Amino acid sequence: MMVKKHSQLRRIVFIHLPMLAIVAFALGPYLWMVATSVTKESLLFTEGPSFSGMTIENYLRLFKTVGFHKNLVHSLIIACGTVVVGLTLSVTAAYAFSRFSFRGQKILLLQFLLINMFPIVLLILPLFILMKNLGLIDTHLGLIIANSTIAIPFSVWMMTSYINGIPKSLDEAAMTDGCTRVGAMWRVVLPLCVPGIIATGIYIFITAWNEYLYALTLGGRNVRPITVAIQTLIGEYQVEWGLLTAGGIVGAMPATILFLIVQKRLVSGLTQGAVKG
Amino acid sequence: MTISEPQTPKIPQGLGKKVLPYALLSPAVLVTLTIVFFPMIQAVWMSFHDYVLFRPKDISFVGLKNFITAFNDEVFWISLRHTIVWIGITVPAQLFLGLCTALLLNQKFFWRPIARALIIIPWALPSVVIALMWVWIYDSNYGILNDLLLRANILKTAIPWLADPDTALYAIILTLTWQGFPFFAVMILAGLQSIPTSYYEAASIDGASNFRQFWHITLPGISGVVFTAVLLRIIWVANSIDVIFVMTGGGPGYATYTLPLYAFIKARTGLDFGYGSAIAVLFAIMLLSVVAIYLRRVSRDIS
Repeated sequence: MMVKKHSQLRRIVFIHLPMLAIVAFALGPYLWMVATSVTKESLLFTEGPSFSGMTIENYLRLFKTVGFHKNLVHSLIIACGTVVVGLTLSVTAAYAFSRFSFRGQKILLLQFLLINMFPIVLLILPLFILMKNLGLIDTHLGLIIANSTIAIPFSVWMMTSYINGIPKSLDEAAMTDGCTRVGAMWRVVLPLCVPGIIATGIYIFITAWNEYLYALTLGGRNVRPITVAIQTLIGEYQVEWGLLTAGGIVGAMPATILFLIVQKRLVSGLTQGAVKG
Repeated sequence: MTISEPQTPKIPQGLGKKVLPYALLSPAVLVTLTIVFFPMIQAVWMSFHDYVLFRPKDISFVGLKNFITAFNDEVFWISLRHTIVWIGITVPAQLFLGLCTALLLNQKFFWRPIARALIIIPWALPSVVIALMWVWIYDSNYGILNDLLLRANILKTAIPWLADPDTALYAIILTLTWQGFPFFAVMILAGLQSIPTSYYEAASIDGASNFRQFWHITLPGISGVVFTAVLLRIIWVANSIDVIFVMTGGGPGYATYTLPLYAFIKARTGLDFGYGSAIAVLFAIMLLSVVAIYLRRVSRDIS
């Protein structure tokens, strides 16, 4: 009996308490932001943020006077566009990497990884000039292209590792049944990839949604994604922390929810080393 | 819906087999060449020119002038020093916290799935939101950090964490540590779970203490994953400028300038793309050694 109690205590001290401390550290700042966002602006500086007497006044203002919904739509268009571009270009490439061995394979695969390692500043300056010359500054297309620089390499790697997990014998069986190579890819491998495609797509969506530097540099008056809108809020409503934090919560919401849904599947992509950030 | 097989004319088997992988790859490769490699070459080209955005007619080749200017630029050296401090503290701090988290998450306890999901939150948030959140936490008048430290009698007066040149960089380092430690936790946890439990069983039969098990089984078992994660993190932390940019914009003074941020600000506010590119190129060259080690490791694995 004594021994059992003793080990129970040990578990609390060495597992539960430290884990609780780390979870509190990870979550605390976020909860503090949530608390601030539901506190009345008038009470914020006298009583401090609290969950008692919750109000959604900050959120209403965010949409009514600041016009946050427009920014949400811009971010949605850009993120979805990036998902489409990233996936269409990468699925066939991933199939080639997984199923063929050809000259230059390794170099080509590594160059996709190399892209994500280079400083984004090095890319952002020439991209700005490129977009300016093409007249794509302050357009959705411009930002979709810019975000694709991150999305394509990532999804090539993620999809290659996913297709590697699908037995080659399936393609071969399809081909002995009279399918062409492309037919085997289209009818057999692709349907089996759907879970991988969804996970990759969601990750691209999150990255494009959260992206800030491209949005700041290549966006403008017409196309202002949510991340830039939040940053602009900081400048305009300096001490109105209720409103600012409400903006932060809304802006982070889609990515946070999606992330929690796919987190397990992402680990495989992670250990491949393809995930940025 | 019936699918009828299109009767494609048969390409000679050998040739088709050789060309097909390249055909499947070409869209992705062509697009990345256009939007990544071509612009990067242009950035290198710009670094050798006097390229100021509002004087598009007046671009002249200046050789190494931008690089020489950088070496004589005090701010360049300040930024380089900050970059080293920035990486040197952030990455080990993330690693330590991530390792502790992973070791805890590898134990069995009833709320482990919830803990694992919650730990990842910081990593999922947009950097702008993270920056906003921590600016509010560090607020000198109403921020919770000052509030807690004052109440605990650790501080006598509130500290303006981000406005004080002595604390600003470290305050941002704490923010980035918070943002990045879940990455280490998740990766190390994957490494831990790949160690066969039979190793530990054999070790405890032989009477090895917990510490010895950790030292002789756990650490060697995760060293590969940890090394890869550290390389990735160095690259990523070095490149990361969005959090700093939103939190302080490099200030107060030059207190939170890192090299990529300096390049970005030079180009953004000074519109001096030539000099900005030169700094970015120098920074990329410095980072190249880490990138090279990482790519070597990966290429060994894919062979």
